[in-house]
Amino acid sequence: MQNFTLADTASLDAALAAAQQTDTKFIAGGTDLLQLMKDEVERPQHLVDLDGLPFDQVTTSDDGARIGALVKMSDLADNPDLRRRYPVIAEALLASASPQVRNMATIGGNLLQRTRCGYFRDPGVAACNKRRPGSGCSAILGFNRLHAVLGGSDYCIATHPSDLAVALSALDAAVELRGSDGVRSVPINELYLLPGDTPERETVLNPGEIITAVLVPPPATGERSHYLKLRDRASFEFALVSVAVAVAVDDGRIRSARIAVGGVGTKPWRLPNVEAALVGLPVNRDALVEAAAHAAEGARPTRENAFKIPLMQRAVARALATVTA
Amino acid sequence: MSELEVSRRRFLGVSMATGGLAATATRAAVAQTTTPPVRTPEMTDVTLDVNGRRHALTVEPRTTLLDALREGLRLTGTKKGCDRGSCGACTVHVDGARVLSCLTLAARCQDKSITTIEGLASKGELHPMQAAFLARDGLQCGYCTPGQIMSAVALVEEGRAVSDDAIREWMSGNICRCGAYPHILAAIKDVAGSGSRS
Repeated sequence: MQNFTLADTASLDAALAAAQQTDTKFIAGGTDLLQLMKDEVERPQHLVDLDGLPFDQVTTSDDGARIGALVKMSDLADNPDLRRRYPVIAEALLASASPQVRNMATIGGNLLQRTRCGYFRDPGVAACNKRRPGSGCSAILGFNRLHAVLGGSDYCIATHPSDLAVALSALDAAVELRGSDGVRSVPINELYLLPGDTPERETVLNPGEIITAVLVPPPATGERSHYLKLRDRASFEFALVSVAVAVAVDDGRIRSARIAVGGVGTKPWRLPNVEAALVGLPVNRDALVEAAAHAAEGARPTRENAFKIPLMQRAVARALATVTA
Repeated sequence: MSELEVSRRRFLGVSMATGGLAATATRAAVAQTTTPPVRTPEMTDVTLDVNGRRHALTVEPRTTLLDALREGLRLTGTKKGCDRGSCGACTVHVDGARVLSCLTLAARCQDKSITTIEGLASKGELHPMQAAFLARDGLQCGYCTPGQIMSAVALVEEGRAVSDDAIREWMSGNICRCGAYPHILAAIKDVAGSGSRS
């Protein structure tokens, strides 16, 4: 790992000012950044320490939840109010990483973690448009079993790795951003960029801007939520396919459904066609399976990952069956 | 290159022939030596509170807690496996929470209370979890064992040891390449079920 300066900061203003230097990164939990720095995928000259800034509180009320960006994953997963109101968030967190990582990693950092694409994470690989713009994509014709079937481009097919982001996508959450120009709120479904021909640009964050909070609207009346994650081993693994569902049922028929999938897209992926197909349907297996089939629309597999498409359809159906049971 | 890394390389040079885990760790050390120094390292003073004793150290910002413990304080019970947060061999407790010392910067540990495997025994008596690992033969090569035990102690304190499946899930951050998992599970169940100090 290349050396760097490490700046403690007493206030948000001090942190934002310190980040004006070139080659500067913020560090919070550090679980992803230090991996990337050890592998020299990231080589910042300066780190600005966010530890101690006052963004470590969770408040929940009938108006929704406000989650500080510096809250640890483990603390949020254990928060009783959050678990009751938003089971999908707690389930997504507990399906993420390991207990040790969750004790370190923060909510803001989780949302900004980088892809697990092996070509991106290995600087010994020459071609990676995300790491070295213009160098090509090694995954499109390479080992791409774990890569995206939704949202990819000729430049990049890397998946977004966060489970939490998938849950927040289904819940129509927003992130609060602060930078030298002030504070703004961005819906999570507008936070991430499709790779297009600039896969090195992953979010709408401006340089020097940080996430300070996640804002979650209140669940709809009677709405239940759930997270299902399928992976190559039972635990401590990224998703092949994951599904976040938030569904409300009236008199045996679906009133509303919000669904996002992970492990399959270059960003957390909402399924509006499945959501629309579900409204008014009776809660029975055949109806859920038929609606879930729409998940495949627009999917484009590469050589090794076509299995993700039927897996996604079945995972969506299963998550819907679980949450409406 | 820091003094810590020089001594680490010397150690690795001796131990490289001893097996796969050492080879894994060597890759990281070698990769580091191939990087030309970009700027003069800025040394930082930090006081680490480890197992109830305070130690004044001067470290580079990039020095991990793992390297500070092993190379600076000679507390070599904490192991370096993957050095990337994937294996759990470096698990220690910081302010009561189990964390990965390979992904923790030592300079960020000022005023934090750190417990390592060396701090578990008291008054010459093994911690019950250490004793249970011995009684249940919860290891083969033993390299992952300090991390397994630190994680297991935390797991019981967290109240997660409610079923075999729960123990497996909450131990998922600790990999054992020898496959001693059934015996590790048995050891944890012994301690969780005994009501003794955990």
